[in-house]
Amino acid sequence: MTSNNPSSDNQSIKDNPAGNFTRLLPPLPVFILQPLLNHIVKTIAGRHPELFARLGDSCKKRFLIDPYNLPIFLLLQPDPDRPQLRAYNRGKDVDHDVYISGTFKTLLRMIDGQTDSDALFFNRQLKVTGNSEAVVALRNALDNMDATLAEDVASCFGPLSKPVRLLIDRIIKPGKTSP
Amino acid sequence: MTQLFKPELVCPAGTPASLRTAIEAGADAVYCGFQGPTNARNFPGLNFTLDEMATAVNWAHQRGAKILSAINSFPTAGRTQIWKDAIDDAVSIGVDAIIIADIGMADYMHKTHPDQRMHLSVQAGASSPEAINFYCERFDIKRVVLPRILTVAEIKKVHDEIPCEIEAFVFGNIGMMAEGRCALTNYVTGLSTNMDGVCSPANFVNYEEDEDSNLTTKLGEFTIDCISCNENAGYPTICKGRYNTAHKREYYAFEEPISLNLTRLLPDLMRAGVTALKIEGRQRSKAYIRSVVSEFRNAVDAYSEGKNPDISNLLALTEGQKETQGAFRSKTWR
Repeated sequence: MTSNNPSSDNQSIKDNPAGNFTRLLPPLPVFILQPLLNHIVKTIAGRHPELFARLGDSCKKRFLIDPYNLPIFLLLQPDPDRPQLRAYNRGKDVDHDVYISGTFKTLLRMIDGQTDSDALFFNRQLKVTGNSEAVVALRNALDNMDATLAEDVASCFGPLSKPVRLLIDRIIKPGKTSP
Repeated sequence: MTQLFKPELVCPAGTPASLRTAIEAGADAVYCGFQGPTNARNFPGLNFTLDEMATAVNWAHQRGAKILSAINSFPTAGRTQIWKDAIDDAVSIGVDAIIIADIGMADYMHKTHPDQRMHLSVQAGASSPEAINFYCERFDIKRVVLPRILTVAEIKKVHDEIPCEIEAFVFGNIGMMAEGRCALTNYVTGLSTNMDGVCSPANFVNYEEDEDSNLTTKLGEFTIDCISCNENAGYPTICKGRYNTAHKREYYAFEEPISLNLTRLLPDLMRAGVTALKIEGRQRSKAYIRSVVSEFRNAVDAYSEGKNPDISNLLALTEGQKETQGAFRSKTWR
Protein backbone atom coordinates (compact mmCIF):
# COMPACT_ATOMS: atom_id res chain seq x y z
CA MET A 1 0.00 0.00 0.00
CA THR A 2 0.98 3.61 -0.31
CA SER A 3 -0.71 6.30 1.71
CA ASN A 4 0.22 9.25 3.85
CA ASN A 5 3.48 9.70 2.03
CA PRO A 6 5.39 12.46 3.75
CA SER A 7 5.30 14.86 0.88
CA SER A 8 6.20 18.49 1.25
CA ASP A 9 2.49 19.29 1.34
CA ASN A 10 1.82 17.12 4.35
CA GLN A 11 -0.82 18.85 6.48
CA SER A 12 1.02 18.07 9.68
CA ILE A 13 3.97 20.02 8.40
CA LYS A 14 1.77 22.94 7.44
CA ASP A 15 0.63 23.09 11.04
CA ASN A 16 4.14 23.01 12.43
CA PRO A 17 6.49 26.02 12.27
CA ALA A 18 9.55 23.78 12.33
CA GLY A 19 8.02 21.77 9.49
CA ASN A 20 7.55 24.92 7.45
CA PHE A 21 11.18 25.79 8.01
CA THR A 22 12.36 22.37 6.84
CA ARG A 23 10.43 22.82 3.59
CA LEU A 24 12.71 25.73 2.76
CA LEU A 25 15.84 23.63 3.12
CA PRO A 26 17.45 22.05 0.06
CA PRO A 27 17.35 18.23 -0.09
CA LEU A 28 19.88 16.69 2.25
CA PRO A 29 22.52 14.30 0.89
CA VAL A 30 20.92 11.35 2.68
CA PHE A 31 23.38 8.90 1.10
CA ILE A 32 25.87 10.16 3.69
CA LEU A 33 23.57 8.86 6.43
CA GLN A 34 23.05 5.46 4.84
CA PRO A 35 26.20 3.65 6.11
CA LEU A 36 25.35 4.77 9.65
CA LEU A 37 21.72 3.64 9.31
CA ASN A 38 22.88 0.27 7.94
CA HIS A 39 25.21 -0.09 10.92
CA ILE A 40 22.44 0.83 13.37
CA VAL A 41 19.84 -1.58 12.02
CA LYS A 42 22.29 -4.48 11.71
CA THR A 43 23.66 -3.87 15.21
CA ILE A 44 20.19 -3.83 16.76
CA ALA A 45 19.12 -6.92 14.79
CA GLY A 46 22.24 -8.76 16.00
CA ARG A 47 21.77 -7.75 19.61
CA HIS A 48 18.05 -8.47 19.81
CA PRO A 49 17.13 -11.58 17.82
CA GLU A 50 14.08 -11.95 20.10
CA LEU A 51 12.59 -8.91 18.36
CA PHE A 52 11.89 -10.97 15.25
CA ALA A 53 10.05 -13.74 17.12
CA ARG A 54 7.63 -11.15 18.48
CA LEU A 55 7.27 -9.46 15.11
CA GLY A 56 6.25 -12.72 13.44
CA ASP A 57 5.10 -12.19 9.86
CA SER A 58 5.17 -8.42 10.40
CA CYS A 59 8.96 -8.49 9.99
CA LYS A 60 8.35 -8.41 6.23
CA LYS A 61 6.33 -5.19 6.44
CA ARG A 62 7.68 -1.75 5.54
CA PHE A 63 7.34 0.88 8.28
CA LEU A 64 7.54 4.49 7.17
CA ILE A 65 8.65 6.54 10.18
CA ASP A 66 8.03 10.22 9.68
CA PRO A 67 9.46 12.78 12.12
CA TYR A 68 7.39 15.43 10.41
CA ASN A 69 9.38 18.41 11.62
CA LEU A 70 12.60 17.10 10.08
CA PRO A 71 13.48 17.27 6.37
CA ILE A 72 13.89 13.49 6.10
CA PHE A 73 11.92 10.37 6.91
CA LEU A 74 12.92 6.73 7.41
CA LEU A 75 11.77 3.42 5.98
CA LEU A 76 12.31 0.39 8.22
CA GLN A 77 11.97 -3.21 7.08
CA PRO A 78 12.84 -5.40 10.10
CA ASP A 79 13.46 -8.56 8.07
CA PRO A 80 15.80 -10.81 10.11
CA ASP A 81 17.53 -11.96 6.93
CA ARG A 82 18.03 -8.48 5.54
CA PRO A 83 17.11 -5.70 7.97
CA GLN A 84 16.94 -2.32 6.30
CA LEU A 85 16.68 1.27 7.47
CA ARG A 86 16.79 3.89 4.74
CA ALA A 87 16.53 7.68 4.84
CA TYR A 88 14.68 9.71 2.23
CA ASN A 89 14.22 13.39 1.60
CA ARG A 90 10.70 14.63 2.19
CA GLY A 91 8.61 14.58 -0.95
CA LYS A 92 9.92 11.24 -2.15
CA ASP A 93 7.12 8.75 -2.88
CA VAL A 94 7.90 5.49 -1.07
CA ASP A 95 5.77 2.33 -0.85
CA HIS A 96 5.04 1.26 2.70
CA ASP A 97 2.65 -0.83 4.80
CA VAL A 98 2.61 1.25 7.98
CA TYR A 99 2.89 4.99 8.49
CA ILE A 100 4.02 6.32 11.89
CA SER A 101 4.34 10.05 12.37
CA GLY A 102 5.08 12.50 15.16
CA THR A 103 7.58 15.17 16.04
CA PHE A 104 11.17 14.01 16.23
CA LYS A 105 11.05 14.53 19.99
CA THR A 106 7.86 12.47 20.34
CA LEU A 107 9.29 9.59 18.33
CA LEU A 108 12.58 9.74 20.21
CA ARG A 109 10.82 9.70 23.59
CA MET A 110 8.83 6.70 22.42
CA ILE A 111 11.83 4.62 21.34
CA ASP A 112 13.58 5.58 24.55
CA GLY A 113 10.72 4.09 26.58
CA GLN A 114 9.99 7.46 28.17
CA THR A 115 6.37 7.67 27.21
CA ASP A 116 3.38 5.46 26.53
CA SER A 117 2.63 5.16 22.83
CA ASP A 118 -1.07 4.48 23.45
CA ALA A 119 -1.34 7.74 25.41
CA LEU A 120 0.48 9.55 22.58
CA PHE A 121 -2.03 8.11 20.13
CA PHE A 122 -4.99 9.02 22.35
CA ASN A 123 -3.93 12.64 22.58
CA ARG A 124 -3.09 12.74 18.84
CA GLN A 125 0.64 13.38 19.20
CA LEU A 126 1.26 10.13 17.36
CA LYS A 127 -0.30 9.31 14.02
CA VAL A 128 -0.55 5.70 12.86
CA THR A 129 -2.16 4.44 9.68
CA GLY A 130 -1.81 1.33 7.54
CA ASN A 131 -1.39 -2.24 8.72
CA SER A 132 -2.49 -2.12 12.37
CA GLU A 133 -1.39 -5.69 13.09
CA ALA A 134 2.17 -4.86 12.04
CA VAL A 135 2.35 -1.69 14.08
CA VAL A 136 1.00 -3.44 17.21
CA ALA A 137 3.56 -6.23 16.75
CA LEU A 138 6.38 -3.71 16.31
CA ARG A 139 5.29 -1.73 19.36
CA ASN A 140 5.17 -4.86 21.52
CA ALA A 141 8.46 -6.22 20.17
CA LEU A 142 10.28 -2.96 20.91
CA ASP A 143 8.60 -2.65 24.30
CA ASN A 144 10.06 -6.01 25.33
CA MET A 145 13.61 -4.65 25.07
CA ASP A 146 15.26 -4.02 28.42
CA ALA A 147 17.72 -1.56 26.93
CA THR A 148 15.85 1.02 24.92
CA LEU A 149 16.21 1.41 21.19
CA ALA A 150 17.57 4.90 21.78
CA GLU A 151 20.38 3.46 23.91
CA ASP A 152 21.22 0.96 21.18
CA VAL A 153 21.26 3.71 18.58
CA ALA A 154 23.57 5.83 20.73
CA SER A 155 25.93 2.89 21.25
CA CYS A 156 26.37 2.58 17.47
CA PHE A 157 28.31 5.84 17.46
CA GLY A 158 31.36 4.23 19.07
CA PRO A 159 33.51 6.81 20.87
CA LEU A 160 30.76 9.38 20.31
CA SER A 161 28.10 7.26 21.99
CA LYS A 162 28.13 9.24 25.24
CA PRO A 163 27.77 12.65 23.55
CA VAL A 164 25.01 11.20 21.35
CA ARG A 165 23.23 9.85 24.43
CA LEU A 166 23.55 13.27 26.07
CA LEU A 167 22.14 14.87 22.93
CA ILE A 168 19.18 12.47 22.97
CA ASP A 169 18.59 13.26 26.65
CA ARG A 170 18.71 16.96 25.87
CA ILE A 171 16.18 16.61 23.05
CA ILE A 172 13.71 14.47 24.98
CA LYS A 173 13.95 16.47 28.18
CA PRO A 174 10.37 17.19 29.33
CA GLY A 175 9.21 20.68 28.52
CA LYS A 176 11.73 21.29 25.76
CA THR A 177 10.10 22.34 22.53
CA SER A 178 10.44 20.55 19.20
CA PRO A 179 12.27 18.96 17.59
CA MET B 1 -7.47 8.58 58.82
CA THR B 2 -7.06 5.20 60.51
CA GLN B 3 -4.69 2.56 59.24
CA LEU B 4 -6.16 0.04 56.81
CA PHE B 5 -5.39 -3.52 55.80
CA LYS B 6 -2.90 -3.33 52.91
CA PRO B 7 -4.22 -5.24 49.89
CA GLU B 8 -2.12 -7.00 47.28
CA LEU B 9 -1.36 -4.88 44.21
CA VAL B 10 -1.94 -7.04 41.10
CA CYS B 11 -0.45 -5.58 37.92
CA PRO B 12 -0.51 -6.45 34.22
CA ALA B 13 2.34 -7.57 31.96
CA GLY B 14 2.20 -8.37 28.27
CA THR B 15 5.92 -9.03 27.88
CA PRO B 16 8.79 -10.22 30.11
CA ALA B 17 10.21 -6.69 30.17
CA SER B 18 6.85 -5.31 31.31
CA LEU B 19 6.71 -7.94 34.02
CA ARG B 20 10.09 -6.90 35.38
CA THR B 21 9.05 -3.25 35.14
CA ALA B 22 5.85 -3.93 37.11
CA ILE B 23 7.67 -5.72 39.92
CA GLU B 24 10.42 -3.10 40.11
CA ALA B 25 7.68 -0.44 40.32
CA GLY B 26 6.10 -2.16 43.30
CA ALA B 27 3.71 -4.87 42.12
CA ASP B 28 3.01 -7.60 44.67
CA ALA B 29 1.77 -9.88 41.90
CA VAL B 30 1.77 -9.80 38.12
CA TYR B 31 -0.77 -11.47 35.85
CA CYS B 32 0.22 -12.55 32.36
CA GLY B 33 -0.71 -15.06 29.68
CA PHE B 34 0.78 -17.49 27.22
CA GLN B 35 0.93 -16.66 23.53
CA GLY B 36 -2.14 -17.88 21.68
CA PRO B 37 -5.89 -18.00 22.31
CA THR B 38 -5.82 -19.18 25.94
CA ASN B 39 -5.92 -15.69 27.39
CA ALA B 40 -8.07 -12.66 26.79
CA ARG B 41 -5.29 -10.43 25.41
CA ASN B 42 -4.21 -12.40 22.34
CA PHE B 43 -2.57 -9.56 20.41
CA PRO B 44 0.37 -9.54 17.93
CA GLY B 45 3.76 -9.51 19.65
CA LEU B 46 2.24 -9.85 23.10
CA ASN B 47 2.38 -12.54 25.80
CA PHE B 48 4.83 -15.20 26.94
CA THR B 49 6.34 -18.40 25.64
CA LEU B 50 6.61 -21.22 28.17
CA ASP B 51 10.33 -20.53 28.61
CA GLU B 52 9.71 -16.82 29.13
CA MET B 53 7.02 -17.55 31.69
CA ALA B 54 9.28 -20.01 33.56
CA THR B 55 12.09 -17.43 33.68
CA ALA B 56 9.61 -14.81 34.85
CA VAL B 57 8.36 -17.04 37.67
CA ASN B 58 11.89 -17.57 38.98
CA TRP B 59 12.76 -13.88 38.62
CA ALA B 60 9.60 -12.81 40.44
CA HIS B 61 9.96 -15.34 43.25
CA GLN B 62 13.53 -14.19 43.93
CA ARG B 63 12.02 -10.75 44.58
CA GLY B 64 9.08 -11.91 46.66
CA ALA B 65 6.49 -11.29 43.95
CA LYS B 66 3.84 -13.67 42.63
CA ILE B 67 2.95 -14.68 39.09
CA LEU B 68 -0.69 -15.26 38.22
CA SER B 69 -1.18 -17.04 34.92
CA ALA B 70 -4.27 -15.90 33.01
CA ILE B 71 -5.83 -18.84 31.13
CA ASN B 72 -9.10 -17.04 31.00
CA SER B 73 -10.68 -17.51 27.60
CA PHE B 74 -13.29 -20.13 26.73
CA PRO B 75 -12.34 -23.20 24.67
CA THR B 76 -14.74 -24.44 22.06
CA ALA B 77 -15.42 -28.05 21.13
CA GLY B 78 -12.39 -29.74 19.62
CA ARG B 79 -9.95 -27.17 20.98
CA THR B 80 -9.93 -27.91 24.71
CA GLN B 81 -6.51 -29.59 24.64
CA ILE B 82 -4.84 -26.21 23.98
CA TRP B 83 -6.26 -24.88 27.27
CA LYS B 84 -5.48 -28.09 29.18
CA ASP B 85 -1.88 -27.97 27.94
CA ALA B 86 -1.62 -24.34 29.04
CA ILE B 87 -2.86 -25.28 32.52
CA ASP B 88 -0.41 -28.21 32.73
CA ASP B 89 2.44 -25.94 31.57
CA ALA B 90 1.59 -23.23 34.09
CA VAL B 91 1.50 -25.75 36.92
CA SER B 92 4.80 -27.29 35.80
CA ILE B 93 6.69 -24.00 36.08
CA GLY B 94 5.31 -23.12 39.51
CA VAL B 95 3.04 -20.16 38.93
CA ASP B 96 1.40 -18.95 42.13
CA ALA B 97 -2.13 -19.11 40.79
CA ILE B 98 -4.00 -19.78 37.58
CA ILE B 99 -6.85 -17.48 36.60
CA ILE B 100 -9.64 -19.54 35.04
CA ALA B 101 -12.90 -18.49 33.40
CA ASP B 102 -14.29 -21.61 31.75
CA ILE B 103 -16.18 -23.99 34.03
CA GLY B 104 -14.87 -27.03 32.16
CA MET B 105 -11.28 -25.90 32.59
CA ALA B 106 -11.96 -25.18 36.27
CA ASP B 107 -13.14 -28.77 36.60
CA TYR B 108 -10.10 -30.10 34.70
CA MET B 109 -7.72 -28.11 36.86
CA HIS B 110 -9.40 -29.04 40.12
CA LYS B 111 -9.28 -32.75 39.27
CA THR B 112 -5.85 -32.80 37.64
CA HIS B 113 -3.99 -30.32 39.81
CA PRO B 114 -5.92 -30.15 43.10
CA ASP B 115 -3.09 -28.43 44.93
CA GLN B 116 -2.72 -25.61 42.42
CA ARG B 117 -4.24 -22.34 43.61
CA MET B 118 -7.10 -21.26 41.33
CA HIS B 119 -8.57 -17.79 40.87
CA LEU B 120 -11.87 -17.18 39.12
CA SER B 121 -11.44 -14.73 36.24
CA VAL B 122 -13.59 -11.67 35.78
CA GLN B 123 -14.47 -13.34 32.47
CA ALA B 124 -16.52 -15.92 34.40
CA GLY B 125 -18.90 -13.09 35.28
CA ALA B 126 -19.61 -14.39 38.80
CA SER B 127 -21.15 -11.46 40.65
CA SER B 128 -23.49 -13.00 43.23
CA PRO B 129 -22.59 -14.89 46.41
CA GLU B 130 -24.52 -17.88 45.05
CA ALA B 131 -22.44 -18.04 41.87
CA ILE B 132 -19.15 -17.51 43.67
CA ASN B 133 -19.99 -20.04 46.36
CA PHE B 134 -20.75 -22.60 43.65
CA TYR B 135 -17.23 -22.19 42.25
CA CYS B 136 -15.74 -22.33 45.74
CA GLU B 137 -17.59 -25.51 46.66
CA ARG B 138 -17.06 -27.34 43.37
CA PHE B 139 -13.58 -26.20 42.38
CA ASP B 140 -12.05 -24.81 45.56
CA ILE B 141 -11.30 -21.41 44.04
CA LYS B 142 -9.33 -19.19 46.40
CA ARG B 143 -10.10 -15.80 44.89
CA VAL B 144 -12.75 -14.24 42.67
CA VAL B 145 -12.05 -11.33 40.36
CA LEU B 146 -15.31 -9.41 40.51
CA PRO B 147 -17.05 -8.04 37.41
CA ARG B 148 -16.98 -4.26 37.15
CA ILE B 149 -20.72 -3.93 37.77
CA LEU B 150 -20.90 -3.79 41.57
CA THR B 151 -20.92 -0.81 43.89
CA VAL B 152 -18.50 -0.79 46.79
CA ALA B 153 -21.45 -1.44 49.12
CA GLU B 154 -22.39 -4.50 47.07
CA ILE B 155 -18.81 -5.74 47.14
CA LYS B 156 -18.95 -5.56 50.94
CA LYS B 157 -22.14 -7.65 50.92
CA VAL B 158 -20.56 -10.23 48.61
CA HIS B 159 -17.48 -10.32 50.80
CA ASP B 160 -19.55 -11.14 53.85
CA GLU B 161 -21.20 -14.12 52.15
CA ILE B 162 -18.33 -15.90 50.42
CA PRO B 163 -15.38 -17.90 51.75
CA CYS B 164 -12.79 -16.75 49.19
CA GLU B 165 -10.74 -13.61 48.61
CA ILE B 166 -11.94 -10.75 46.41
CA GLU B 167 -9.88 -9.07 43.69
CA ALA B 168 -11.29 -5.84 42.28
CA PHE B 169 -10.26 -3.78 39.27
CA VAL B 170 -9.16 -0.27 40.21
CA PHE B 171 -7.71 1.21 37.02
CA GLY B 172 -7.79 0.83 33.24
CA ASN B 173 -10.17 -0.10 30.50
CA ILE B 174 -13.83 -0.42 31.34
CA GLY B 175 -16.70 -1.43 29.11
CA MET B 176 -20.43 -1.71 29.42
CA MET B 177 -20.62 -5.34 28.37
CA ALA B 178 -21.33 -8.20 30.75
CA GLU B 179 -17.89 -9.64 31.49
CA GLY B 180 -17.16 -12.74 29.46
CA ARG B 181 -20.34 -12.35 27.42
CA CYS B 182 -19.47 -9.58 24.96
CA ALA B 183 -19.94 -10.70 21.36
CA LEU B 184 -19.60 -7.35 19.58
CA THR B 185 -16.21 -8.14 18.05
CA ASN B 186 -17.52 -11.54 16.97
CA TYR B 187 -20.42 -9.95 15.08
CA VAL B 188 -18.04 -7.78 13.06
CA THR B 189 -14.93 -9.93 12.59
CA GLY B 190 -15.97 -13.53 13.17
CA LEU B 191 -13.35 -13.73 15.92
CA SER B 192 -14.30 -13.83 19.56
CA THR B 193 -13.04 -11.83 22.51
CA ASN B 194 -13.98 -14.69 24.78
CA MET B 195 -12.99 -17.73 22.71
CA ASP B 196 -10.05 -16.38 20.67
CA GLY B 197 -8.88 -13.78 23.15
CA VAL B 198 -9.16 -10.90 20.71
CA CYS B 199 -11.21 -7.78 21.33
CA SER B 200 -10.97 -5.77 18.08
CA PRO B 201 -8.23 -7.90 16.44
CA ALA B 202 -5.53 -5.65 15.03
CA ASN B 203 -5.72 -7.06 11.51
CA PHE B 204 -9.31 -5.77 11.29
CA VAL B 205 -8.47 -2.29 12.61
CA ASN B 206 -7.87 0.57 10.22
CA TYR B 207 -7.15 4.21 10.97
CA GLU B 208 -7.59 6.82 8.25
CA GLU B 209 -6.66 10.46 8.72
CA ASP B 210 -7.77 13.10 6.25
CA GLU B 211 -5.89 16.23 5.24
CA ASP B 212 -7.51 18.18 8.08
CA SER B 213 -6.24 15.61 10.64
CA ASN B 214 -9.70 14.18 11.26
CA LEU B 215 -9.29 10.53 12.22
CA THR B 216 -11.66 7.76 11.13
CA THR B 217 -11.47 4.49 13.05
CA LYS B 218 -12.77 1.34 11.38
CA LEU B 219 -13.16 -2.27 12.49
CA GLY B 220 -13.61 -4.40 9.42
CA GLU B 221 -16.02 -2.60 7.14
CA PHE B 222 -17.66 -0.66 9.97
CA THR B 223 -16.79 2.87 11.02
CA ILE B 224 -16.51 3.07 14.80
CA ASP B 225 -15.76 6.75 15.20
CA CYS B 226 -14.81 9.93 13.36
CA ILE B 227 -12.59 12.00 15.59
CA SER B 228 -12.04 15.63 14.72
CA CYS B 229 -8.56 17.10 14.73
CA ASN B 230 -8.83 18.61 18.22
CA GLU B 231 -10.40 15.58 19.92
CA ASN B 232 -8.70 12.79 21.84
CA ALA B 233 -8.89 9.28 20.43
CA GLY B 234 -9.63 5.95 22.11
CA TYR B 235 -9.18 2.25 21.50
CA PRO B 236 -10.86 0.90 18.35
CA THR B 237 -13.46 -1.10 20.26
CA ILE B 238 -17.09 -1.21 19.24
CA CYS B 239 -18.28 -0.50 22.78
CA LYS B 240 -16.39 2.83 22.77
CA GLY B 241 -17.60 3.85 19.31
CA ARG B 242 -19.64 6.89 18.35
CA TYR B 243 -22.56 6.25 16.05
CA ASN B 244 -25.38 7.89 14.18
CA THR B 245 -28.44 6.24 15.71
CA ALA B 246 -32.14 6.67 15.05
CA HIS B 247 -32.60 9.08 17.94
CA LYS B 248 -29.22 10.75 18.16
CA ARG B 249 -26.24 11.53 15.93
CA GLU B 250 -22.61 11.11 16.93
CA TYR B 251 -23.76 9.16 19.96
CA TYR B 252 -21.62 7.01 22.25
CA ALA B 253 -24.23 4.27 22.18
CA PHE B 254 -22.47 2.06 24.73
CA GLU B 255 -19.70 3.97 26.53
CA GLU B 256 -17.28 6.81 25.89
CA PRO B 257 -13.53 6.25 25.54
CA ILE B 258 -12.81 6.40 29.25
CA SER B 259 -10.78 4.63 31.90
CA LEU B 260 -11.72 3.33 35.30
CA ASN B 261 -9.84 5.15 38.05
CA LEU B 262 -10.69 4.21 41.63
CA THR B 263 -7.82 5.87 43.46
CA ARG B 264 -10.29 7.95 45.46
CA LEU B 265 -12.27 4.84 46.40
CA LEU B 266 -9.28 2.77 47.52
CA PRO B 267 -9.94 3.28 51.25
CA ASP B 268 -13.58 2.22 50.76
CA LEU B 269 -12.51 -0.89 48.85
CA MET B 270 -9.98 -1.75 51.54
CA ARG B 271 -12.65 -1.40 54.22
CA ALA B 272 -15.02 -3.54 52.13
CA GLY B 273 -12.64 -6.47 52.47
CA VAL B 274 -11.02 -6.48 49.05
CA THR B 275 -7.85 -8.59 49.23
CA ALA B 276 -6.29 -7.58 45.93
CA LEU B 277 -6.44 -4.48 43.72
CA LYS B 278 -6.09 -5.12 40.00
CA ILE B 279 -4.76 -2.80 37.31
CA GLU B 280 -5.94 -3.53 33.77
CA GLY B 281 -3.65 -3.19 30.74
CA ARG B 282 -1.58 -6.15 29.59
CA GLN B 283 -1.60 -4.53 26.16
CA ARG B 284 -0.08 -1.30 27.45
CA SER B 285 3.59 -0.25 27.32
CA LYS B 286 6.31 -0.45 29.95
CA ALA B 287 6.14 3.32 30.35
CA TYR B 288 2.45 3.05 31.23
CA ILE B 289 3.01 0.16 33.61
CA ARG B 290 5.87 1.95 35.34
CA SER B 291 3.78 5.07 35.88
CA VAL B 292 0.52 3.44 36.93
CA VAL B 293 2.06 0.81 39.20
CA SER B 294 4.27 3.40 40.93
CA GLU B 295 1.31 5.70 41.52
CA PHE B 296 -0.83 2.90 42.92
CA ARG B 297 2.03 1.56 45.05
CA ASN B 298 2.37 4.98 46.66
CA ALA B 299 -1.38 5.38 47.05
CA VAL B 300 -1.99 1.96 48.59
CA ASP B 301 0.96 2.33 50.98
CA ALA B 302 -0.17 5.80 52.01
CA TYR B 303 -3.80 4.83 52.60
CA SER B 304 -2.78 1.75 54.57
CA GLU B 305 -0.68 4.00 56.82
CA GLY B 306 -3.58 6.38 57.34
CA LYS B 307 -2.20 9.11 55.05
CA ASN B 308 -3.75 10.93 52.08
CA PRO B 309 -1.62 10.41 48.95
CA ASP B 310 -1.30 12.65 45.92
CA ILE B 311 -3.36 10.86 43.27
CA SER B 312 -3.38 13.49 40.54
CA ASN B 313 -0.92 12.04 38.02
CA LEU B 314 -2.87 9.23 36.41
CA LEU B 315 -5.22 11.16 34.12
CA ALA B 316 -2.69 11.52 31.28
CA LEU B 317 -2.59 7.74 30.94
CA THR B 318 -6.34 7.20 30.75
CA GLU B 319 -8.17 6.36 27.54
CA GLY B 320 -9.46 9.55 25.95
CA GLN B 321 -7.88 11.31 28.94
CA LYS B 322 -11.17 10.81 30.76
CA GLU B 323 -11.80 8.81 33.91
CA THR B 324 -14.75 7.33 35.73
CA GLN B 325 -15.53 5.45 38.90
CA GLY B 326 -18.07 3.48 36.89
CA ALA B 327 -20.50 1.28 38.75
CA PHE B 328 -18.28 1.23 41.84
CA ARG B 329 -19.71 4.61 42.83
CA SER B 330 -23.19 4.38 41.36
CA LYS B 331 -25.28 2.14 39.12
CA THR B 332 -26.31 5.20 37.10
CA TRP B 333 -22.92 6.45 35.94
CA ARG B 334 -24.17 6.95 32.39
